[in-house]
Amino acid sequence: MILQAKKINKYFRQPVNFQVLKDISFQVKKGEFVSIMGKSGCGKSTLLYILSTMDTDYEGELYVNNQLLTGQAKNNLASVRNANIGFVFQFHYLLPEFTVLENVMLPAKKLGRKSHQEIEADAMEKLRLLGIEEQALKKSSRISGGQKQRVAIARALINDPDIIMGDEPTGNLDSKNSENVFNIFQQLVEERDLSLLIVTHDTDFAEKTDRIIEMADGRIVK
Amino acid sequence: MKLAVLLNISKTHLLSRIKQSAIAALGVTFGIGTFVTMMSFMTGLNKMLDNLVLDRTPHIRLYNEIQPSEKQPLDLYDATNNALKVVHSIKPFQAKAEIKNALPILENLKNHPEVLGATPQVKAQAFYVSGAIELNGIINGVDPLEEDRLFNLSNYITEGSLRDLANNSNGIILGAGAAKKMSLKLGDRIQLATPRGDFFSLKIVGLYQSGLAEIDNAQSYTNLNIAQRLQEKSSNFITDISIKLHDLERAVPLTTVFAEQYEVNGVDIKTANAQFEVGTTIRNMITYAVSITLLIVAGFGIYNILNMLIYEKMNDIAILKATGFTGRDVRWIFISQAMLIGLVGGALGLLIGLGLSTLISTLPFETEALPTIKTFPVNFNPAFYIIGIVFALVATFFAGYLPARKAQRIDPVEIIRGQ
Repeated sequence: MILQAKKINKYFRQPVNFQVLKDISFQVKKGEFVSIMGKSGCGKSTLLYILSTMDTDYEGELYVNNQLLTGQAKNNLASVRNANIGFVFQFHYLLPEFTVLENVMLPAKKLGRKSHQEIEADAMEKLRLLGIEEQALKKSSRISGGQKQRVAIARALINDPDIIMGDEPTGNLDSKNSENVFNIFQQLVEERDLSLLIVTHDTDFAEKTDRIIEMADGRIVK
Repeated sequence: MKLAVLLNISKTHLLSRIKQSAIAALGVTFGIGTFVTMMSFMTGLNKMLDNLVLDRTPHIRLYNEIQPSEKQPLDLYDATNNALKVVHSIKPFQAKAEIKNALPILENLKNHPEVLGATPQVKAQAFYVSGAIELNGIINGVDPLEEDRLFNLSNYITEGSLRDLANNSNGIILGAGAAKKMSLKLGDRIQLATPRGDFFSLKIVGLYQSGLAEIDNAQSYTNLNIAQRLQEKSSNFITDISIKLHDLERAVPLTTVFAEQYEVNGVDIKTANAQFEVGTTIRNMITYAVSITLLIVAGFGIYNILNMLIYEKMNDIAILKATGFTGRDVRWIFISQAMLIGLVGGALGLLIGLGLSTLISTLPFETEALPTIKTFPVNFNPAFYIIGIVFALVATFFAGYLPARKAQRIDPVEIIRGQ
């Protein structure tokens, strides 16, 4: 079991006490491609931030790789994010002043398990996988939106994580680029046995995934 | 490895906004440069002024002061011990101005292990007579070569030399002011009239200039025997003994010892120049105060720029945290940016400080008070450079600390959600 959520409850206290997530429990298996759908405000992004360990203010239990993460120190959670979880956001979130290659290399440098040369080779390999190796030495602010999203995916892959989470990774892309990203995800699941958990609005995208988790008013409905 | 990663991020941040970084660094450069220059210059001046006093002032001066006896004869009379004693109109005893047994004392002092040297002086009053003019004069009978060895008297001889005085028993080194008043120059003869009405004719072998008009108008130096003859005294008549010690700090306790041992009055250099030390301390305080103010201003500049930078870099901070960088990593990224600014700005400041100090040390500085000094004195003490760079790093660390802590606490969820 790669990811397991047990009875997760989340409250917003400001401006009024409001329960966003109600008793969320589900699992993601190895090599599974799962999408989360639901209307705006149903709490799917909030759930993703909790699953990603960035938000620690919740009730319930979260396991990644069968390891309980709830209640761990922030620094431990940061290293779990670094080593085990890859992220792709709706907005590309690259460091604009760094080159594409440096952006991809950064999480691996933080992990510090490999030498600079190895990391660089790894990063080039990921970029090649996503078909953007020729952009490697450009500043990341100078490439197109579709390319940026692929760089973000390459960055998410650099430490060979157990699971990749995406918060509407195609929400900002046209249908062609959107399909492109889906194909890349599909390929990762098939070839590398990666687990994927993607929050999306895009029904076409979701219908092609292994499983759809549908949310409404803070609960899983299907 | 990890630190290198963080430093690389800071470097990229700094270089990608080179103008802002340069302005922040310039603030530090200006502060440190001014600090180094001011410290070098001010302490150079202080040291020169101190040396001025230390060089020419005896560490201990022994003399006989005219003062009323503390014990009146009546006090020695036992019969009145329990009675009230009243003595009217006490006058000082007509004591001799000379130090009793001066020559044996001198020998004794010269053999004292803590004494570097001791030299006798004879003070005498006379009038300078030139044609119809009569001027008040104070004649200092000295041992010219010893006086120069111990108290650098030759620094104040503008013409002629002390050696000429030593070689010419009828020579005189005349105060420059007096010489000017009487239109006398090197090689001329001058008439001295004693208060008793005797006349002496002396040859001017040098001119003396201390920078203080009052002294230059009256004081002159002769050999010991001339000053003794002016007062019709023998060669054991000595009015003052000037002592130079190996260690200046011993002046105060030794003065008491010598004064008691030889039954004379003594004054030490610290008592004689108390106001001087106060001046030095205050000048140093002002220098430090101004420099630290400059650095604090530079620090606020850095604080401001980093604060703005952190608002601009919210996204970057969120990404770094989302991809596994800890809050502490993020804090160090920003603190190291501040300290890099401090390091580069500070190093430049040291260079500018060195340059300015060197420039100042070549500027002409001629003053009547210091005839031997031609350029501004500058103290090239490496300690100022070390203090400067350390201060630059410490100040920028604190300027960076608060904004960096803010960055550390940024919640990435809020930033990502806010998009």
